[in-house]
Amino acid sequence: MTEPTAELVQDSLNDKVRERSDPNEKPRNLKTLLVPLVVFLSLVGILAIGFQLEDPHKLPSVLIDRPFPQFAMRELYDAQRTVTQNDFKGQVSLVNVWATWCPNCVIEHPQLTAIAASGVPLYGINYNDVDEKAKGWLQRYGNPFTFNIVDDEGKLGIDLGVYGAPETFVLDKDGVIQYKHIGEVTQRDWLLTIKPLIEQLERDS
Amino acid sequence: MHKIAILLTAALMLGCLTFGHHTRAAIDAYAFPDETLRDRYNGLIDELRCPQCLNTNLAGSDAMVAKDLRREVHRLVLEGKSDEQVLDFMYERYGDFILYEPRFKPGTWLLWLGPIALLFLAIFFGIRFSRRSSQVSDLTEDEDRKIDQLLKSQESSTDK
Repeated sequence: MTEPTAELVQDSLNDKVRERSDPNEKPRNLKTLLVPLVVFLSLVGILAIGFQLEDPHKLPSVLIDRPFPQFAMRELYDAQRTVTQNDFKGQVSLVNVWATWCPNCVIEHPQLTAIAASGVPLYGINYNDVDEKAKGWLQRYGNPFTFNIVDDEGKLGIDLGVYGAPETFVLDKDGVIQYKHIGEVTQRDWLLTIKPLIEQLERDS
Repeated sequence: MHKIAILLTAALMLGCLTFGHHTRAAIDAYAFPDETLRDRYNGLIDELRCPQCLNTNLAGSDAMVAKDLRREVHRLVLEGKSDEQVLDFMYERYGDFILYEPRFKPGTWLLWLGPIALLFLAIFFGIRFSRRSSQVSDLTEDEDRKIDQLLKSQESSTDK
């Protein structure tokens, strides 16, 4: 009595097993199995390149193509004088944010001095600093700045989106911010980026 | 075994959530006329990222710029500016980076919609794969039932 039923069950089970191991299905399964792996690996690749592409410390400035923010602040050596954004107008110029507590400012100073000597107007913003220290620093390393704005509370710095020093802005003749350089300006930065930009801005206007 | 794995994962995820809340490194002695303003100030410096330090908020950073920005937030809050106006003030100067929750605009579409698109893709393929694997047998329900019956009768007969 039990034997025929067992055979029948075995048959149908065999059917199922045969369907599962259809020889045509194998290569397709292998391919579909590989798809997630390939997708994952390419994602890893894109992210790996993306993370190395740019220094995460160098944030893009939102101020590019905007006029220099309005301000009215004291000059370092002439307390009677009030400097405003209008003092940048008339010539393509550089505005450098510096401080005595900033080691990279010392490193970039010879380059800034050379740039100023070449005839480009260079203005300083003495950022979060103390007047006496700043004067001592300029006496020691030389003063290439046409004037220095005293930003002892970092307020102008905030309006400029500054988050450290040194930072250098390139302004066109109308006092509109055209470029922001974060960190020290090296000779390479000057020759390859900033100098060509200044020359182009001078031609354009 | 499965349950333990799920429990462990859930515990890890919860841990991430709680430890993600930032510690407060800096204590400024700012005065506030009332507690609502203080709460708003604290909320804002939690929400804003320190531009100098990559992954610390203003509340947790001792960087000079973070101190200056906390002072500005305090000033703006006391001046009666709304949270939105304070965030706008920061956004205008420091851009996307300063907000821990980036704004929805063409440049951040991928950031916002990417994970949702991935989720839908995962659901789509999940359903497709599970359907395919469940469609192994071509037997009709009738035949399935017959097999079940036969199996049962076989079991009961071997029990005897």
